[in-house]
Amino acid sequence: MGLIAICPVLGIIAMAMSLSHLVPVLTSIALGDGATIVFAGSMALNFAAGYAAWIATRRYRRELQLREGMVLIALVWVGGALFACLPLLAGLGLSFTDAYFESMSALTATGATLIDGLDRLAPSYNVWRAELQWLGGMGVIVLVVAVLPMIGVGGRQISKAEIPGPMKEEQLTPRMTQTAKGLWMIYFGLTFACLVAYRLAGMSWVDALIHSFSTLSLGGFSSHDASLAYFDSVAIELVAIVFMTLAGINFATHFQAWRARSIDRYRDDSELPWFLAVLAASVAGITIFLSTQNVYPDFLTTLRYAAFNTVSVATNTGYATVDYARWPVFAPLWLMFLGTFAACSGSAGGGIKMIRAMVLCQQVHRELAKLAHPAAVTPLKIGGQAVPNQVVFAVLAFFFAWLATLVTVTLVLAASGLDAITAFSAACASLNNIGPGLHEVGPAATFAGLTDFQTWVCTITMLLGRLELLTVLVILTPAFWRK
Amino acid sequence: MRIVILGAGQVGSSVAENLVSEANDLTVVDIDPARLKRLQDRLDLRTVTGNAAHPAVLEQAGARDADMLLAVTQSDETNMVACKLAATMFNIPTKIARIRSADYLSHPEIFSPENFAVDHSICPEQVICDYIAKLLEFPESLQVLEFADGKVSLVAVRAFHGGPLVGQELQNLRRHLPQAETRVAAIYRSDSPVIPEGSTVIEAGDEVFFIAATENIRGVMRELRRMDKPVKRVMIGGGGNIGRRLARAIEKRYSVKIIEYNKTGAERLAADLDRTLVLAGDVTDEELLRSENIGEMDVYCAVTNDDENNIMSSLLAKRLGARKVIALINRGSYVNLLQSGQIDIAISPAQQTIGTLLAHVRRGDCAVVHSLRRGAAEALELIAHGDPKSSKVVGRRIEEIDLPKDASIAAIVRRREHTDADGEERPAAGNDYEVLMAHHDTIIEPEDHAIVFVVNKRTVPQVEKLFQVDIGFV
Repeated sequence: MGLIAICPVLGIIAMAMSLSHLVPVLTSIALGDGATIVFAGSMALNFAAGYAAWIATRRYRRELQLREGMVLIALVWVGGALFACLPLLAGLGLSFTDAYFESMSALTATGATLIDGLDRLAPSYNVWRAELQWLGGMGVIVLVVAVLPMIGVGGRQISKAEIPGPMKEEQLTPRMTQTAKGLWMIYFGLTFACLVAYRLAGMSWVDALIHSFSTLSLGGFSSHDASLAYFDSVAIELVAIVFMTLAGINFATHFQAWRARSIDRYRDDSELPWFLAVLAASVAGITIFLSTQNVYPDFLTTLRYAAFNTVSVATNTGYATVDYARWPVFAPLWLMFLGTFAACSGSAGGGIKMIRAMVLCQQVHRELAKLAHPAAVTPLKIGGQAVPNQVVFAVLAFFFAWLATLVTVTLVLAASGLDAITAFSAACASLNNIGPGLHEVGPAATFAGLTDFQTWVCTITMLLGRLELLTVLVILTPAFWRK
Repeated sequence: MRIVILGAGQVGSSVAENLVSEANDLTVVDIDPARLKRLQDRLDLRTVTGNAAHPAVLEQAGARDADMLLAVTQSDETNMVACKLAATMFNIPTKIARIRSADYLSHPEIFSPENFAVDHSICPEQVICDYIAKLLEFPESLQVLEFADGKVSLVAVRAFHGGPLVGQELQNLRRHLPQAETRVAAIYRSDSPVIPEGSTVIEAGDEVFFIAATENIRGVMRELRRMDKPVKRVMIGGGGNIGRRLARAIEKRYSVKIIEYNKTGAERLAADLDRTLVLAGDVTDEELLRSENIGEMDVYCAVTNDDENNIMSSLLAKRLGARKVIALINRGSYVNLLQSGQIDIAISPAQQTIGTLLAHVRRGDCAVVHSLRRGAAEALELIAHGDPKSSKVVGRRIEEIDLPKDASIAAIVRRREHTDADGEERPAAGNDYEVLMAHHDTIIEPEDHAIVFVVNKRTVPQVEKLFQVDIGFV
């Protein structure tokens, strides 16, 4: 495997991604917040590094093999976060550990922050954080394939590594480039709709831009320490609920519905009814639970807080309108649990995804049926279609890896001195890209209290979660590097 | 009539067997000369070896002056292409194709004259599947046959000791069932027909064919024998074409288990079916049947494509306690051996399918033909056309019609006249029909559908001739 062939591609991607600095640069110029030089400098550095890499190695360029593609993805995410943290490093005076954590949290659309005093930052920094979430939400490689089809990572296998979910064989269009374009178009369209809706609901343009970026990517960064509670507006919360739910649905389904110009396509999505049912049942359940515990004075207030925070955590967004960690312990634990599986595959959400949860439940059901009827042939069916055993095994392996990672990270964090709830919720929130955890890392606090070691553990966990573990873990196996 | 039959498989051969006796010129085409040889040894017909979808082969089979094409090969595609060729090159007036794929059948426009030119499509598996589904709905019956789009049913039941009518004369049937009109069309006593008259006494063990409006058949059955519990649990042996269709059709109404021998077949079956429990195993595996509670089954249907397996597994199921067993048996000699023995109902696929085909082959206007008693008897739905001058039946009382002794008119289905205020006729809706039981003084009107029971098949042509309009009438 000639790793040098990856370098020119990395260079092109770096040059292309440097253009993303234009958004904060323009914001900064328009608002005169004084950060223009930081972003312009970072952009120049980014572009120069990319150009240098490309110039130096372009004669080695060729079509990438699958394994090279996997290394490419890992490098794009690790390196992307590195370049993205430059403005934070230079402009906000964060340590490298903290800046890298913040940019990785942004790029993986996790939404965990360790910056306190967001309201006092120059707006362009918040725009930059939100934009990173937006880029990472749909996937950097997918975007690159969509806009730069000539760079030679057109291989379906490679770009699919970023699209979450177990069944990636579904081909929306004959060419991956078209699929990537379609997905990004839907993503862009919904973001724009969300932007306008936030503005109409009462946000300023800059806030609307920041929040539409972080809503559609299910990232959850806000420009205010109080998150959406800052606005204290039912209208804004409703807009957020609607767009978080939309972003929690498989974008392939949105794409098909849009292409067929019919909402019937949503009916063919076997995950969707479960996703919506789980959301609705959880909102209802938590509202009733909070009512019986008399947490809030009246029912409508209870419903408002329960609905918003449940949808926010279940879709892995991580906005908060209230410190839900202070709710009686059942409610926040239930929210964390929802965050591990509720989002649909192919959405911007994290966790193991609804489809895998369905496969796991069905597999249990299947084993039970086997006990009662040893001769029975019971295929695992999702949406009336039999799922090949190979996929079931892959899901089981993924689930085990996911569970093992969760346990390991929790133990490592606990060993490094965190209390049980904080350690578990920080691991869970990072691995599932939720954002805030509970207790010391809860919605009212930040990750700033962690030690450098703990911060790095969470940073790596976020990347593992975003790329669905196996893509990253495979690079660490000796078999991968065998000549 | 000159008929070209494509395909000498099970369907093709049994069609040929049935038609050859009716004074038709038959040509059978198949790709396998051995099959044709076997057929030719038994029957008086011409055979042509070759691909049935090739023009030259059709030409050689005499398609140029054939009156009818029956495309019943295994392949839907061959059958469709043959029909198209028959229309374009040879101008054959009637083209019937066996189409199995539900995908084709769900787009009827592809069979129109300008497309594949299939006049009628038949699906033997579907016919058998519908037939078994009916038997499950009426578990007491031996046979349920429908006429006039399901408005009238002919039902065969075995009269048992304890039924209120057993030991009574037929004329008392009316007194027992004042509202429900019914008529006993035929009685078979130890396998020979008894012509039913008012004074005929029903004996225990008789196979009674009665005809009634479909909604009344339950009431009539109750008079003849005690009612069984409705069917809840069904086990199907064999997941081939028929088993699969049957399971799919009934899995929503009953709790269904299906056994399939082939492992990959079972997997495909399980992927296809939603509620059915699919078991991989041998239908004659006693251990498997026992562990899957065969004794609790209301009905066991053996529908593999192997006669011996069907017989053995249904005998086994019966001995292990299944309440009722149904077996699919292709060979006529086996059917005769086993009917009314341990196996409750033996179904001959060919006999079931042949009726659908016969309706198209017959002269006169014949809407439905059901073959009964292994082909010995027939029930026909014939349409009376013309007026009293041109027709031998229209305008006459039933007692005046010159029916052969072996045949009887059992019921009449009549379209009620409905005219709107502006005098335009409305299209007939479902309840625009009335079902009349035939009495000696019932007068046949034009366009009546007469349901005729013919005990001896040999007299069928005579009956058909009666219903034909005189040649002078155009």
